[in-house]
Amino acid sequence: MKAFIKKEIYHIFRDYRSMLILFGMPVVQVLIFGFAITNEIKDAKVTILDQSGDVLSNRFVSKLTASGYFKADRALDHPSQIEPAFREGRVKQVIVIPSGFGADLGLHKQVTIQILGDASDPNTANMLKNYTMAVLNAFQMQEMGMQALPVDVRVEPIMYYNPELKGVYMFVPGTMAIILMLVSAMMTSISIAREKELGTMEVLLVSPLRPWQIIVGKVIPYVALSFVNALLILSLGWFVFGVPIIGHKGFLMLEVLLFIIMSLSLGIFISTVSPTQQVAMLLSMFALMLPTILLSGFIFPIENMPVFLQWISNLMPSKWFIIIVRDVMLKGSGIAYLWKETLIIFGMTIFFIGLSIANFKLRLE
Amino acid sequence: MRTIGYIIQKEFIQIFRDRFMPKIIFLVPLLQLLILSYTATFEIKQTRIVILDNDHSVESRKLISLFQGSRFFSCSLDVEGMEVAERLINTRKVHQVLVIPHGFERTMINREPVTIQLITDAVDGSAGALRSAYAQSIVQRYSLDINTRVTGLDIKPPLVATWSFWYNPELHYTTFMVPGILVLLVTIIGLFLTGINLVREKEMGTIEQINVTPIRKIQFIAGKLIPFWIIGLIELTFGLILAHFFFDVPILGNPAIIYLVAAIYLVLIMGIGLIISTVSDTQQQSMFISWFFLVLFILMSGLFTPAESMPAWAQIFNRINPIAYFIQVIRLVMLKGSGLADVSHQVISLSIYAVASIVIAVRRYRKTS
Amino acid sequence: MQANQTKIIIVENLVKKFGSFIANDNLTFDVAKGEIFGFLGANGAGKTTAMKILCGLSHPSSGRVTVAGYDIYSQTEKIKRSIGYMSQKFSLYEDLTVYENFRFYGGIYGLSRSMILDQTQRLLSRLGMSDYKDRVIKTLPLGWKQKLAFSVAIIHKPAIVFLDEPTGGVDPVTRRQFWDLIYENAHEGLTVFITTHYMDEAEYCNRLSIMVDGRIKALDTPSALKERFSCNSMQEVFIRLARN
Repeated sequence: MKAFIKKEIYHIFRDYRSMLILFGMPVVQVLIFGFAITNEIKDAKVTILDQSGDVLSNRFVSKLTASGYFKADRALDHPSQIEPAFREGRVKQVIVIPSGFGADLGLHKQVTIQILGDASDPNTANMLKNYTMAVLNAFQMQEMGMQALPVDVRVEPIMYYNPELKGVYMFVPGTMAIILMLVSAMMTSISIAREKELGTMEVLLVSPLRPWQIIVGKVIPYVALSFVNALLILSLGWFVFGVPIIGHKGFLMLEVLLFIIMSLSLGIFISTVSPTQQVAMLLSMFALMLPTILLSGFIFPIENMPVFLQWISNLMPSKWFIIIVRDVMLKGSGIAYLWKETLIIFGMTIFFIGLSIANFKLRLE
Repeated sequence: MRTIGYIIQKEFIQIFRDRFMPKIIFLVPLLQLLILSYTATFEIKQTRIVILDNDHSVESRKLISLFQGSRFFSCSLDVEGMEVAERLINTRKVHQVLVIPHGFERTMINREPVTIQLITDAVDGSAGALRSAYAQSIVQRYSLDINTRVTGLDIKPPLVATWSFWYNPELHYTTFMVPGILVLLVTIIGLFLTGINLVREKEMGTIEQINVTPIRKIQFIAGKLIPFWIIGLIELTFGLILAHFFFDVPILGNPAIIYLVAAIYLVLIMGIGLIISTVSDTQQQSMFISWFFLVLFILMSGLFTPAESMPAWAQIFNRINPIAYFIQVIRLVMLKGSGLADVSHQVISLSIYAVASIVIAVRRYRKTS
Repeated sequence: MQANQTKIIIVENLVKKFGSFIANDNLTFDVAKGEIFGFLGANGAGKTTAMKILCGLSHPSSGRVTVAGYDIYSQTEKIKRSIGYMSQKFSLYEDLTVYENFRFYGGIYGLSRSMILDQTQRLLSRLGMSDYKDRVIKTLPLGWKQKLAFSVAIIHKPAIVFLDEPTGGVDPVTRRQFWDLIYENAHEGLTVFITTHYMDEAEYCNRLSIMVDGRIKALDTPSALKERFSCNSMQEVFIRLARN
């Protein structure tokens, strides 16, 4: 048994390219998420059609560009230029300042600005509109000196768990789920399917090792690898991006281990239904990767989705794992709060192991 | 030419004889397009808010009724005390807690500033910011309202804005996501099928039998690529039909441009797949390397999050990111009706990369070691 | 017997190194047209390496090699038209039928459609397997697959066929049948170059070269070898050579 595990470890580590990717992948992904992927908008290309061109409109334009949300593209001179600017895809929003902007405001007339958004990307269009409105309101407060209101109602906004609103707080748990799924589920399913396809599985099956020993021997190296990866991601989050781990670290590790075991049993299950590596691979690719990214709440909040997808998302183990990791890390929750999610992952593990055993017996008979 | 034909014939037989492959190639991606296109939205439809009214006055009820009147908020008013509210926010039952202080009305009557606490769950930073802004705007409305009542003047802001959204006036998220996910599925098929195909021959030992034949490298590679190229384009066709008739995504531009770009793009993607398979010894390895690049390319491409907001180095990276180019083109052509001239830059870049990838793939593939 | 016949393979001082490991150490031999030439050796003796060089699958480190009159360095592709090859992992596509395999390999050798049909018919009827034309390879027994792989390797009527341990894993009777096939083809003028570690197969060769640790330890007809080392069987010859 020991010798067998050694052989498997040797197999995995000898392949330096895979090693590089196994450990490089989480690092690169966390770094990208931390530094590059953001769903807030910076330096969006916005162009302004200033039909007024007076002192006040110029001040408004510089206020817009100073906000950091926008980068002014060359200004337009005529409304007919709006359409081509959008179609080229260089400009995301056009702000039209009406003629007589400064003069009308001076006369205390209400002035209407037009915001035209390129809504082929509706997320961005909507957000840019909100930013522009915010700048507009600030400009109004500052420049127009909106008369002091007699009743002063203020809001004290308090942001729980992530006061700086960092995106990476969301992405660290998600990246962990993706990587653990990849290493554990995908790699084991392919590696077992490979032994089946090349006929080496039969050699192992006639050896004195029991079938479960073979499977355990095959997956132990992946457990170790996955665990190291999880630690790597957590420490990157901690040291590079300052993502805290408020909860009990031992509890977090146990949850990580549980999720790894769940992924492994899923991988074993996939391998029992796949005749070839190719099938195992495409199955795990389509059945695991995209749903893990899209249906787990990793990038897109689940509660925004249509109801039937919210139902489907409940079948995604990664959804529950991400909830657990976020709550332990950011809120310091313990088992008292998370027993339900933990139980679900545990149940899934049992389910996949049961299915694999049933499938395996069927084959032997 | 005839030689290539024999290879193509063989590849097709192998794919369609398999019990699983045709389903995985055609059915699963389209199913995914159907389901996953609905997932990708940042739009927040509802916020569950707890309002702790410590004042129980006419004014506090006026403020609460503004929240109740908004379709964006669903309010719970019967929560007892801060402790329970905190617990609700901790267990994700609610998103926000609004605390109206004791003496809210009296303080306002005294013309003293009054402060309302607004606690927001900000684990998801951007959603948190948005929710907070919505709630604040409601308080703002309340503020305008009470000031109008107190002063008797119609207080309205001098500067207002109207907005209109072009190309997608109702902000349908599927219109945006479907073309992108379509690109993704075509990519996965192209990259993985070619990436593992050659390695499979290596693993099975059949590659040696081919290497002792006088077949030319370019013939062999062409014969290997053409079947998947055809499958990719068929997949795209199915996807476009689904996008147009099921999701009502407009196809304003000329579909021929989409096919032209897809044809070039697929060559490029398959070239990358082949390069990966020449450096891999096992299918597992090839899969792994493909996966790495795929995730990298997808995340950086602006499929989910706007690429324009990424830092400069990421923008530079996207100049070599084929997925980014194809997503730009398909969105421009479908949603805005851009013509060939509008996307010439992307077409030229993709063509250069496509030629380069094939040249590298042919050179890296060695019949003799 | 080979003196008055043309030499179809000429190897002089062939060396193949992998890093510091020398797989083939200064091999020199030649093979006559129509001959059945055997390479006998233990696993790792360098037989397969040498064969892969002759087939153009691997570059030699140094030495002069001509196959079918072509130089191994500059005319590899021309050599490939004149040779057939059957590897240890006899390379039939398991998920294709017998005929589809013939058609595919015939196709990449550039045979015409009618030629492919003729050859398939001829080779299959020789094997007595015409009725199995549409059977998928993976449903056939190992011995059949080996014979089919041999037939596929000679579908384009090469001058030489290289067989790399072609009969691994089958019983002596099946092996004997395989050799009948080799003899039939050799009789028609095909040169056969075969590696093996089975002693009974060694006996079947016209001439035999015994490889130990990358070197040729002896080269002659089986009977001459037995005589020279005064042994009764090739087994003893081999053991004697391998020990030293």
